[in-house]
Amino acid sequence: MSVIQLAGIERVFHLGDSTVHALTHLDVGIDAGEYVAIMGPSGSGKSTLLNLLGLLDRPNAGSYHLEGRDVTTLTPDEQAAVRSRRIGFVFQSFHLVPRLTAAENIGLPMMLAGIPAAERAQRVTQALNDFGLAPRADHRPDQLSGGQRQRVAIARATIMQPAVLLADEPTGNLDRATGDDVIHLLETLNGRGMTLIIVTHDQKIGSRARRQLLMEDGALKSDSARPSVAT
Amino acid sequence: MRNADVLRFARDAAAGYPLRTSLSVLAMAIGVAAVVVLTALGDGARRYVVNQFSSLGSNLVIVLPGRSATGGFSPANALTTTPRDLTVDDAFALTRLPSVRRVAPLTAGNSEINANGRLREVVVAGTSSTYIDIRSFKMAAGRFLPAADWNRGAPVAVIGSKIQEEIFGGRSAVGELIRLGDRRLRIVGVLKSVGQGLGMNTDEVVFVPVGVAQSLFNTNTLFRVLIEARSRDELEAVKREVMAALKARHGGEEDITVITQDAVLATFDRLLRALTAAVAGIAAISLAVAGILVMNVMLVAVTQRTAEIGLLKALGARAATIRDAFLAEAAMLSLVGALTGYGLGLFGAFVLRQIYPVFPAYPPDWAVVAALGTALGTGLLFGIMPARRAARLDPVQALMKH
Ligand SMILES: Nc1ncnc2c1ncn2[C@@H]1O[C@H](COP(=O)(O)OP(=O)(O)O)[C@@H](O)[C@H]1O
Ligand SMILES: [Mg+2]
Repeated sequence: MSVIQLAGIERVFHLGDSTVHALTHLDVGIDAGEYVAIMGPSGSGKSTLLNLLGLLDRPNAGSYHLEGRDVTTLTPDEQAAVRSRRIGFVFQSFHLVPRLTAAENIGLPMMLAGIPAAERAQRVTQALNDFGLAPRADHRPDQLSGGQRQRVAIARATIMQPAVLLADEPTGNLDRATGDDVIHLLETLNGRGMTLIIVTHDQKIGSRARRQLLMEDGALKSDSARPSVAT
Repeated sequence: MRNADVLRFARDAAAGYPLRTSLSVLAMAIGVAAVVVLTALGDGARRYVVNQFSSLGSNLVIVLPGRSATGGFSPANALTTTPRDLTVDDAFALTRLPSVRRVAPLTAGNSEINANGRLREVVVAGTSSTYIDIRSFKMAAGRFLPAADWNRGAPVAVIGSKIQEEIFGGRSAVGELIRLGDRRLRIVGVLKSVGQGLGMNTDEVVFVPVGVAQSLFNTNTLFRVLIEARSRDELEAVKREVMAALKARHGGEEDITVITQDAVLATFDRLLRALTAAVAGIAAISLAVAGILVMNVMLVAVTQRTAEIGLLKALGARAATIRDAFLAEAAMLSLVGALTGYGLGLFGAFVLRQIYPVFPAYPPDWAVVAALGTALGTGLLFGIMPARRAARLDPVQALMKH
């Protein structure tokens, strides 16, 4: 069963007089539990695609079905609810709230979702243990190493047990060894059934994924799962 | 997001930027404190004046010589002493008017009292036995002036408590002989202290029969005639009757002014309330300025925290949640500022009362409510724009700001 189904997606940006076709004629299906790497040169539309998948952006044309439901026609509040419950984001620059502790950052999605404080505390403690962050619970982001920050970010992205985890260059700000740790962590989560989609321009990381999507000029150039598409 | 969490989030956000937060709190506090202190001052002045007039006695009608220019009351002619012919006979004629309960003539001047080997300058008030009831004074010792023919008058005197104290000390003055100018008088009573009355301190006055005072000052005119109406409802009737009676006696000339305590009070009250309101209005401008500062502080906050807003949206925050969080933060800055300012203002009023104990410098309730309300209102009002700007931010753009 496909968790994500994109059909005829177009995304056009207008910059002054010029128009940029960031995504053109995009048809992609991703099954539940898949591990997908989106690759391609800079400016090829990888981030734009990930933002669309994460409902942070709307396509100019085409349809997007998430878990069988057309999500492009949802109201902004309905989309926010989908982001809250079904989608997790991991960013290159971590995006932790600087004044909040590691524990508070991890609990943030639950707080936004209106989950009671007691349940939040319990789930945060669980997550801190699972991600090896327990000793760092009360540290603020500036007291954490890059690897620890990204682990906090991943714990936060998964605390609501989303169906899809989207990671845009998650190792971009990390050294090789720490980056590998983060990738292993994401793969472990994927191993437990979470659909994992990673944007990367690192060949080595990309090749670890079971499926590679190669983007070029806003179009899908090749899909390792469907070699016939490559033209 | 739960309301408690919105508040906690807003509080932590405000606490996360201490300089910004304390600046806007300070601005709001100064605005509220200014309103509280200035209205305390204005209302204190009003209460002071009202108290002074109230101490004159109730149902009081005052006749003064000279026609008031406007026909109404103005504070200026309450203080003039233009001598026009207002005589003891005029005053006595008023005792027969139907709505009048009591009449007391009043003539006044300065003289020297010589008693118990001491000499002192005093105010001498010539009046009648009725004066004490009209003014509702109490005796500390002895009796007030005896009832007698106003044109003659026995050689007696009643002294204020301060004179008793300064000249006789702890010893009883009743029965003592004094010299007042070229008169020898016997003290028949001492008044209980009443403190400062408007214009003259009754504790430092020597009361003598009006006839004695007139011959002492070699005059046959009166300074005032005090009248007590039978009831509050008859104040206007008294005014009318007095006017008519004296006009008839003065050959058709309306050469007197009749004022009621109510009118005097109402005028001062209105005047000083208007003054207080004006002062409050001026102080409120500083509240509006503080509101604008809160708005700018919140706009800076939105800019500073653009990436955070993008993140919150990515994590599933609805636009309304983000708006509420920023609005709550603006409200908190205003609320803390307003309460701090209220505390500062009360302290300021307290200091004023310590420095000027006679001055009841308490802020009026309406001013406190208005100041706190305006502070919160402007804070929220000026918080709406930044909050909506935050809520409307495009998440993708916002996330790119770092
Ligand atoms: N908000 C935007 N406004 C205008 N052009 C944009 C915007 N976002 C992306 N683009 C353009 O769309 C294309 C794809 O961008 P992006 O998805 O960020 O590429 P990638 O992540 O693969 O490097 C680029 O040409 C970029 O300049
Ligand atoms: Mg990118």
